[in-house]
Amino acid sequence: MTSNPFNDPGLAKRHRKARRFRRTTQLSIAVTMSFLLFFLFDMGRTAYPALWQAYVEVEITYSKAATRFTSMAVGKDYRPLVSRAWLRNIPKKIEADPSLMDTTQTQWVLATAQVDQYMKEHHNTLKPDEAVQVEALREQGKVALHWNTRFFSRGDSKIPEYAGILSAIVGSVLTLIVTMALAFPLGVMTAVYLEEFARDNWFTRFVEVNINNLASIPSILFGLLGLSVFINLFGLPRSSPLVGGMTLALMTLPIIIVSARAALRSVPASIRQAGYGLGLTRQNIVKDHVLPVAMPGVLTGSIIGLAQAMGETAPLIIIGMIAFIPDAPGSFTEAATVLPAQVFTWSGMPERAFVEKTAAGIMVILLVMMTLNAAAIYLRKKYEIKW
Amino acid sequence: MKLNGSTPEETKIAAEALDFYYGDLQALKGINLQMAKNRITALIGPSGCGKSTFLRCLNRMNDLIDDTRVKGRVVIEGKNIYDPDVDEVAVRKRVGMVFQQPNPFPKSIYENLVYAPIKHGMAKKGSSCDELVESSLQAAGLWEEVKDKLHQPGTGLSGGQQQRLCIARAIAIRPDVILMDEPTSALDPISTRVIEQLMLDLKQKYTIVIVTHNMQQACRIADDTAHFHMGELLESQPTEALFNNPKNNITQDYILGRFG
Repeated sequence: MTSNPFNDPGLAKRHRKARRFRRTTQLSIAVTMSFLLFFLFDMGRTAYPALWQAYVEVEITYSKAATRFTSMAVGKDYRPLVSRAWLRNIPKKIEADPSLMDTTQTQWVLATAQVDQYMKEHHNTLKPDEAVQVEALREQGKVALHWNTRFFSRGDSKIPEYAGILSAIVGSVLTLIVTMALAFPLGVMTAVYLEEFARDNWFTRFVEVNINNLASIPSILFGLLGLSVFINLFGLPRSSPLVGGMTLALMTLPIIIVSARAALRSVPASIRQAGYGLGLTRQNIVKDHVLPVAMPGVLTGSIIGLAQAMGETAPLIIIGMIAFIPDAPGSFTEAATVLPAQVFTWSGMPERAFVEKTAAGIMVILLVMMTLNAAAIYLRKKYEIKW
Repeated sequence: MKLNGSTPEETKIAAEALDFYYGDLQALKGINLQMAKNRITALIGPSGCGKSTFLRCLNRMNDLIDDTRVKGRVVIEGKNIYDPDVDEVAVRKRVGMVFQQPNPFPKSIYENLVYAPIKHGMAKKGSSCDELVESSLQAAGLWEEVKDKLHQPGTGLSGGQQQRLCIARAIAIRPDVILMDEPTSALDPISTRVIEQLMLDLKQKYTIVIVTHNMQQACRIADDTAHFHMGELLESQPTEALFNNPKNNITQDYILGRFG
C-alpha cells in the first residue's frame, strides 16, 4: 500500500461541516421564499373574486316616482337583490338622457353584495327565500358574475359592491408627484453639495449626522410635523395630496440624499482630476461628468425611496388622508386618500364583501411597487456606463 | 531657435523659493528650478520626495486639496500663477496634465476630445470640432487606430491607447505646457515606447515636465533632470551631466540604485 502524503484524516468531518453550513443557508432561503409565496398566493386567492361582480337582469322603470324613491324603479320582488347604490344613480341618468323618462328597460344592473357573496359561495346573509329566488334567476341566466370594471373606474363607497379603488390610485399618484418633485431635486442637490463642494468640517459632519438621524425617525412623527407645520402653521388644505406629498418628501429626502451621496462617492476621483487638468470648472465636471456616472445609483435610490413613500400610511392618516373619497381628486389641493390608507379603511369595514376588496387593494399596491422596482432596474441598466 | 539639447534655452517655468505644506507637514522646501521651453524636464526621486507635489504646484492642482498652503512663486511667462489676480482654472487651460492612470471620461472618444474645447469656447460643434479631433489624435499618434470608432467609448481602448487619448485630450485645448505624472507606469513596455516617442515629438511644440520613477526613461527622453529628495531639490542638470557626473552624493547613490 502506498502512503498518501495528501491524506487528511479530518476530511470527512470537514465535508460534513461544509454540507451542514450549506444546508442551513439553503434552508433559510427556502423558509423566506415560502413565506413570501404563501403571502402572495393567499392574497391572490382572496383578491381574485373581487375582479368579478354579480349583476342581475331586471326591468327598470324610469318614472317620476323613481326619481324620488329610487327603489320604485324595480319590481317589488327584485328590490332586495338590486344594489341601492346603483339605484341612487337613476335621477342622474334621467337628467343626462331625458328620453329615458317613462320608459321601461330590461337591463343588467349591479346586484347587492349579499347576492354577490352568495354567487361566490362566500359567507352571506341572504334570506332562504331570496336564495331560492337567486337560484331560479341563475337557471334562467338572469344573474351572473361580470368583469368588475367599477372597481377600477370608481372611488370608494360604504356599499361594498359599489366601492372602487380609482380615487385612491389617483390620490397616490398625485401625492407621489409632489413627493418626487420636492424630494428628488432637493435630495440630489444636497448630496452634490455635501460630496462635491462642502469641505469636511464640523458643520458638514453635523449635517451628515442629522440626515442619518432623519432617516431613522418613525414615520408617524413626520405626520405630526406635517400636521403642525403644513396644515396648522401654513394653512394648507388638509387631506390634500399637496400636504401628503410634502410630508412624504421629508421622509424620502434622507433616503435620496444618502443613496445619491453613495453614488457620487463611487465615481472615481480620476474623472474629476481629468476635468481639472483640462481647466474645467467644478460645475462643468459635476454636471457633465460626475452626475451622469452617478445617475443610475441616484435613480435607484430615489425609486426605492419613492416605493417606500408610496407604501407609507401612518403619517398620511395623521394629516387626514384617510378620508372617505367617492370621486377621484382632480387637483393637488382637493381631499384625497392613498392606496395603503384605502386598504386600511376597507380592512376595518364590517361587511364580509370588503375582505376581497381589501385583498384586491393590496394586490394593486404590490403591482405598483413591482412596476416601480422594475423601473429602477431598467433605469439602472439603461444609464449604466460600461468601463 | 534650434531644438536640440545643446542650445541655450529659454525659461518657460520658474519655481522660486517654493514651499508647500499639507497641513503642518512641509512637503516642499525652498524649491528653485527653471524649466526650459520646448524641452522635457524629468523629475526623479524616491516615493514621497515631493516630485509629484511639485508637479501639481505648476498648474495649481494642489488647490483642490483641503488644508494646503503654498509659499513662494511659480512664474510662467513672467507671471506668478499664485498672484491673487490669477484664476487657477485659466492656469490649467494653459498648463495641461496627464495622469498616472489613463483617465478618459466615460464617453465617446470624440466627446472626450471636444468637451473641454467647447466649454472654453475654442471650438464650436460641427466641422471645427471634427478638425480638432483629427488634429489632436494625429498629434497623439492615435488617429489611424481609432478613426473608424470615434463614437465608441474611450474607456474601451487598450491602456496605452487610453493614455494617448488622454494626451490628445490635453493637446486639444492647445496648452503651452504639458505636465505628466508617471504617464507610463501603468503601461506595458511597448505602449511605453510609443508614448516616449510621442513625447519627443511633442516637445517641438510644447514644454513638457514629467515625473518618472524610471531612470532609464529619464535618460531616454529628458533634456534636463531634477532630483528631489525629502522635499528638497538636490540637483538639476542636463540629463546627461546628471547621470554621468552627479554633483551630489545622494543623487549618485540614487541613480546607482543604492537606495530609493
